[in-house]
Amino acid sequence: MWAWQSAAHIAEAVNAGRTTALAVVEATLKRIETHDGLLNAFTALTPARALARARAIDLSRAQGKIGGPLAGVPFAVKNLFDVAGLPTLAGSKINRTRPAAQRDSPLIARLEAAGAVLVGTLNMGEYAYDFTGENVHYGASCNPHATAHMAGGSSGGSGASVAGGLVPLSLGSDTNGSIRVPSSFCGLFGLKPTYGRLSRAGSFPFVASLDHLGPLARSTLDLALAYDAMQGYDASDPVCVDRPAEPALPGLERGSTGLRVGVAGGYFKRGMSAAAQEAMGRIAKALGASGEIELPEAARARAAAYVVTAAEGATLHLDRLRRHSADFDPAVRDRLIAGAMLPAPLVVRAQKFRRWFRARVLRLFESIDAILAPATPFTAPRLGQQSVLLDGAALPLRPNIGIFTQPISFIGLPVVVVPVPLQPLPIGVQIIAPPWREDVALRIAHSLEKDGVALAPRPPK
Amino acid sequence: MSETTDAALDDFIAAAAAALALSLEAAWKPAITAHLQVTLRLAALVGEFDLPDELEPAPVFEA
Repeated sequence: MWAWQSAAHIAEAVNAGRTTALAVVEATLKRIETHDGLLNAFTALTPARALARARAIDLSRAQGKIGGPLAGVPFAVKNLFDVAGLPTLAGSKINRTRPAAQRDSPLIARLEAAGAVLVGTLNMGEYAYDFTGENVHYGASCNPHATAHMAGGSSGGSGASVAGGLVPLSLGSDTNGSIRVPSSFCGLFGLKPTYGRLSRAGSFPFVASLDHLGPLARSTLDLALAYDAMQGYDASDPVCVDRPAEPALPGLERGSTGLRVGVAGGYFKRGMSAAAQEAMGRIAKALGASGEIELPEAARARAAAYVVTAAEGATLHLDRLRRHSADFDPAVRDRLIAGAMLPAPLVVRAQKFRRWFRARVLRLFESIDAILAPATPFTAPRLGQQSVLLDGAALPLRPNIGIFTQPISFIGLPVVVVPVPLQPLPIGVQIIAPPWREDVALRIAHSLEKDGVALAPRPPK
Repeated sequence: MSETTDAALDDFIAAAAAALALSLEAAWKPAITAHLQVTLRLAALVGEFDLPDELEPAPVFEA
């Protein structure tokens, strides 16, 4: 009975005494056991701690204490988050021999402080260098809307678990699109906050210059609840910016009237499938967004993100490439080795370009409040698919999945992906806001959800 | 920027692997070469764009 309920509804029911956290968590664990065989979203369950935590929440309520905004809400995390007692896999075989994490990552601790209950860890592409959700060691995360299709990556399990009704909320990471791609393919709301907003401490990194963490959910209210619970400075992440929490929830119902919304043109108009065009058209129409906004040199921004990713990812894994090369996914290994060989001037140049691109894009926000862009060029491809037909040309699939997400995360802008429930598969649209204005993107997403234009569709049985 | 020749890239990969103490198996070579070619092409796209000397890189970045 709790499978498809929102986090907000569960917390309200637990806090009102209409159910218990224990009942919700027991039902969730049972559903994961019976349904995850099809989706392959989870790599570990944490039933002992989840049941203990649920009992503690219920005991606290019985003693008259007020529960948190996420009381009794089950959630799961991409397996690059530290979970006390588990090795942090980051989708790899190599990390299985790491010592178990001593403590939970700060974002898990903050969600649990708000009453949420961690039930397990989620499948992902190896070391997050992935857009498909496929994994040679643990198998692919499958798309709940069509299990022969990709969930998207690298946060594949984060998408599959929420879209499949196993949990109402998950956490993922996004370096080049790894929250936004699974949100698009699985038909979910996803938030990639501003670079530096949420602490990345206690998570296995990929590309220090570009790594972000954030939530995926089936509603904007749930995204906002989770996001607000996770905000706040954390000195243990040197990138986390020391600024006060700016809760999005209070302004969520303000609607989109009066906000100036533009549609990304040029680069973002090319290479879109008919589904992506249809989704963009629906969202733009609902928001009355007709003006086109040109993000200057977006193709170069995507190229620079690619270069920085290759170099920093390779740097992170260089010792493992020397000592454990046979234990990598060969596709990931070969990309990392190539990245290790990039001459330094090319990488520094890409970092210089980032400064230029950031300044130019920030100027656009002087006359506009948000920009719309497709999240992915197409709906979820089939598992194992290697190429895709775009604008009449057959192109390699993997590198083209993230062409619309990479230029945006490159300069750290906050983005909410809204799902458009097309048939047979959903697809997402990015709502891109200025730095630190997650509230604006969430407010627009919420108005689209209330109008029924954006919706996380329930998969067929 | 002109395309690096296949032979020159092969030599570069062998030299870089030695300098980085990476031992490569022959079977990996085609994929590594293909990835490096793509990355160098994209890096050239960035590199051909004029930027002022004074522009600071953004290794530590605030959005």
